[in-house]
Amino acid sequence: MIFDTLSSFLGNEIIAGIIVACLPLFLVILPYAIAAVLAERKVSAYMQDRIGPNRTGFHGVLQPVADVVKLMLKEDIVASNVDKPLFNIAPLLVFTGSYAAFAAIPFTSIFIGTKLDLGLIYILAVSSFVVAGILMGGWSSNNKYSLIGAMRSAAQIISYEIPTFLVVVTIIIITGTTNLTVLSDYQTSYFWNWMILGGPSLGVVKFLLIPFMIVGFVIIYISTLAEVNRVPFDIPEAESELVAGFHTEYSGMKFAMFFLAEYANMFAVSALIATVFFGGYQSPFGYLGNLMGIKWLIPLEQLFWFSVKGLFFVFVQMWLRWTLPRLRVDQLMTVCWKYLIPFAFVNLLIVGLLVVL
Amino acid sequence: MKQYFLDTWSSIWTVLVGMKITFKHLFTPSVTIQYPEVKVELPERARHRLYVNMDDCIGCDQCARACPVSCITIDTVKSVAGEDLGKTSNGKKKVLWVTKFDIDFAKCCCCQLCVFPCPTECIKMTPVYEFSEYERENLIYSFSTLTPAEVAEKKKNFEKAEAEKAAAKAAAAAAPKPAPAAKPAPAVSKPKEENPNT
Repeated sequence: MIFDTLSSFLGNEIIAGIIVACLPLFLVILPYAIAAVLAERKVSAYMQDRIGPNRTGFHGVLQPVADVVKLMLKEDIVASNVDKPLFNIAPLLVFTGSYAAFAAIPFTSIFIGTKLDLGLIYILAVSSFVVAGILMGGWSSNNKYSLIGAMRSAAQIISYEIPTFLVVVTIIIITGTTNLTVLSDYQTSYFWNWMILGGPSLGVVKFLLIPFMIVGFVIIYISTLAEVNRVPFDIPEAESELVAGFHTEYSGMKFAMFFLAEYANMFAVSALIATVFFGGYQSPFGYLGNLMGIKWLIPLEQLFWFSVKGLFFVFVQMWLRWTLPRLRVDQLMTVCWKYLIPFAFVNLLIVGLLVVL
Repeated sequence: MKQYFLDTWSSIWTVLVGMKITFKHLFTPSVTIQYPEVKVELPERARHRLYVNMDDCIGCDQCARACPVSCITIDTVKSVAGEDLGKTSNGKKKVLWVTKFDIDFAKCCCCQLCVFPCPTECIKMTPVYEFSEYERENLIYSFSTLTPAEVAEKKKNFEKAEAEKAAAKAAAAAAPKPAPAAKPAPAVSKPKEENPNT
């Protein structure tokens, strides 16, 4: 939609494509990352009965600016024995992986990078691209902590992709689509049409589906949490064991890239969960724009609801961070292979049977 | 099999319990005391920086001798006849000019041992604890109220008086012979005086 308007306005598809490709970065990721850095510090402070940053601006709202300035002024250290090409590519690759996911995330009904028919699969596939970057960074750093962190990260992300996919498959069975825009439109109008409450179809099946949808939601939430290396699944970064994990040797803007990628990933998976289970950009109570007959208000409302849903799940990720201690490596694998995957499989089977009914 | 489901349930349930606790803390008022603006109330008899009230100091040097880390340095000059140094607040007559009363707070361990022997209670602990400096020399506090010129004057006065006394003594020694038996008497009596003290 935006692409069509722009290309007819500019008369050039390439320039329009580039502008559309940059929009999520400047409209969503950077403002979100700046807000999330502050929110993370404030949430963690309040949860620990502290105050958090409060010296820069009103209640510390300018703290992210100070952080960004600090990161930009820092020396870009490249240790002498690193594998330089790989070392320099790794942060870019990690960021590319998490940024590429934003291409298919439907922010509103008109603002979406591309209406991919395979959107759901694409996001999951491209976000596992991050593993390559992390492994590359850990390997090329020539540092034992980086390498251990990278290996753990690879093992973790690859393991936790399986339950994520299994839950996504249950959604595909019900809705029959992987196009995220279609999936969002499928759950339109009111909140009881959301997938977490059994989808828009009426009848006994809808109510039978609800418990299995909740199980699916819990599984996908846990496994995506593990995929973005957040606490309690932060063993690749485990600062008390591995210094800083795979990004031990990185400094300055390269570290900032990893940091940005982590926050972008957090939002990407939260947006994915919001889209799949909580109606995406759809409002839970109908639209003011429809009520008052103002057409252009609807996309803004959709953007609002999408941000609220996405940011809520980001907040829950921060909440969990200050609630749970880090898992051991074997516990991590136990959670994935002994609990999440069997539950996801059984869930898939039952949902499949219910849909056939 | 039953245990497996119980484990699953208990893990989810305990996570929810933990989340409830952290969520409560989100709204608990913070316990942070914002130090430079807000200060912790110190205990009543907090021992921090020393203060010396020089109006009361008689220069007896007892605090310097009590100090376990020798951070107090006191120099005194005797006053000459005719100089009135005034009285301390508890009625003791001052006879010494305290020309130097330096306390090195880099060494001071805030043990309060110097406070107890003071006969006029002029040295005391204050609750001031913010006195950090960039140079170690700046931590040597000089409490003496006399200016260097005054110190030089007092020293000169004293030396002059001493010289006069010596001259008078020499003159006295030259005229009559002093009694020789008077000298050994204090040497014998001294240990007797010390015994009850120890």
